[in-house]
Amino acid sequence: MDHRLAFHNVTPHHHKYHRKADLDSFEFTYKAEITSVYRLTEHENLYRIRIMDSEDRRHFSFRPGQFIMLEIPGVGEAPFSISSSPSNHEDIELCIRTAGNLTGVLSRAQRGMRVGIRGPFGTSFPMEHMHGGNILLIAGGLGLAPLRSPIAHVQEHRSQFDHVDIIYGAREPAQLLFKFQYEMWKKDDINLHVIVEKPDPAWTGDVGLITKVLESIIKGRDSTFIDNTYAIVCGPPVMFKFVCAMLAERGIPMQKMFVSLERRMHCGMGKCCRCNVGSTYTCLSGPVFDYWSVLNLKEAI
Amino acid sequence: MLFRIAEKTELKALFDMLAEKNTVVGPVQTDTDRKGKPLFAFEQITDQGKLRLDYTTTRLLAKRYFLPFREDLATFTVNGGDWTKDIDYHIDRPYVFFGLHACDINALNKLDKVLMGNVYPMPYYVAKRMNMFIIGIDCRPQPFCFCRSMGADTVLHGFDLFLTDIGDKYFIEVLSAGAYGIIKDLRTETPKESDHLQYMRTVAEKNKLFTARVDTTDLTKILDMEFQSPVWKQWGDKCLGCGTCANVCPTCYCYGVEETVDVGLQKARKTKSLYSCNIVDFAEVAGGHNFRPERSSRLKYRYYHKHRGFVEAYEESLCVGCGRCGEACLAGITVPEVIASVRGEEQ
Repeated sequence: MDHRLAFHNVTPHHHKYHRKADLDSFEFTYKAEITSVYRLTEHENLYRIRIMDSEDRRHFSFRPGQFIMLEIPGVGEAPFSISSSPSNHEDIELCIRTAGNLTGVLSRAQRGMRVGIRGPFGTSFPMEHMHGGNILLIAGGLGLAPLRSPIAHVQEHRSQFDHVDIIYGAREPAQLLFKFQYEMWKKDDINLHVIVEKPDPAWTGDVGLITKVLESIIKGRDSTFIDNTYAIVCGPPVMFKFVCAMLAERGIPMQKMFVSLERRMHCGMGKCCRCNVGSTYTCLSGPVFDYWSVLNLKEAI
Repeated sequence: MLFRIAEKTELKALFDMLAEKNTVVGPVQTDTDRKGKPLFAFEQITDQGKLRLDYTTTRLLAKRYFLPFREDLATFTVNGGDWTKDIDYHIDRPYVFFGLHACDINALNKLDKVLMGNVYPMPYYVAKRMNMFIIGIDCRPQPFCFCRSMGADTVLHGFDLFLTDIGDKYFIEVLSAGAYGIIKDLRTETPKESDHLQYMRTVAEKNKLFTARVDTTDLTKILDMEFQSPVWKQWGDKCLGCGTCANVCPTCYCYGVEETVDVGLQKARKTKSLYSCNIVDFAEVAGGHNFRPERSSRLKYRYYHKHRGFVEAYEESLCVGCGRCGEACLAGITVPEVIASVRGEEQ
């Protein structure tokens, strides 16, 4: 009578394609290389990253608003929202502020450095639902990083949208991101409004909080405009709280406003709980939420 | 479910049968506390004489065998500018868990929902969970046990065998085919009606022994309403933010990941460590912003996750009422007291 129990072997096999139900995709990392580092401001860089395996690169796809986990072996791993167009299957662009350990190492990265990426993870902005409508793309500070992907979608599908406004607020002119793109946006018939809190002597634009410029924009629009308008708001919680309240008061339904939340994450897959708001996983149910859902999350804002 | 009856002397035969070719983990006495009461823990055992099926509870959990406090998710071999990633799920054999209480088996069933569900199942857990042979044992409620309030005093699945001491015999529930293969080599009998009655009497007697309780009626809604309640501040002032409650909790699974480079600079590792939402930097993001800077907001979050959010997601609470957190808490904070205060009940 041999009562040796059977051993169930679940050996890792490195499955190539990210599948939510596949055991072996849990810790699977695409090896990618940094192809360029472009300095945007004193603290932010734009990193262009390319998945090395050509087949993996072809299969990797994401939607605006989703994020990836970027890993430097021996240093760490952190979530970053993708700042580039989903239709670019060659490079992924990440706009990253140098704020901690991992981003400090990244800021000293040379072209060719090999990093790992997992993902994409999370929810996205429902761009197709917004087709046919007006869109307000509102960013505060580093919020322009996740907003740049929906902006790229709008540029590529410009005829699908009626009025398009980008409203962007920063603390000071030196902190403005993606300045090289402003003319391009305007050429794509996008109204660009930039406002800074602390102007420098060279600044000729608006001065104040983002709500100031937003107020003047929505005041001039009639109810037909408002009824057919969606908003995407990215920025610090205090900013989107005031912005969304203002938009709600003007009559934009809360389920037509979308925000992206920033939280600490150690897995991206609904396990580590670090990103929980109340008890909602930002990595699974977010980072993109409609404003009604955000208001119903305890402690979100 | 198949029911059998066995003489208590058959326990040794059951143990030896399993221990002969397998690794067995069970409750053993490790020490005594300062009042002379025995302290128990789950450890590997080869001698049935060490097995203490009469154990009260364990401060150290069996969890360390399937959700270790520290585990490498991956190792890296660094070679110039390049690297390779190696993944190991750290399991090479089945483990027999001999003598888990209903609360701890229920805790496993709850962990399964998160870690074995169809959205990103966690292979490090799945691989170990698939290699567990679980023998449950009935227990005597302790003064801190409120499992009955949480519906975790009995367990319906998630084990292979469950033994209930009904006086001179064990009443055995046989749940898995693997368990049946073992039971058939033991001397067991089909229970008679008198054995059924004896089983029901035993359970009824046990139920009279519960003293601690939690009123879970409408609890998710009440927690929602009482988010701003001043009681959270009071408990937060008492809480030390040490994370001991999560350390002893059979259902806590939150973690942090850290990467390190070995001294030789040729190897790096990615290590997962269980964490606690009561620790100050749990929700701190790069740049220093902390979403839950106060102890009260973190303690509250812990209760909201366990008693509200998990219920919304899975129709059940992420608490089995084992009472370990209250027993281990250096500040003496217990779940029944916190919930009673949120409900506005007299202490």
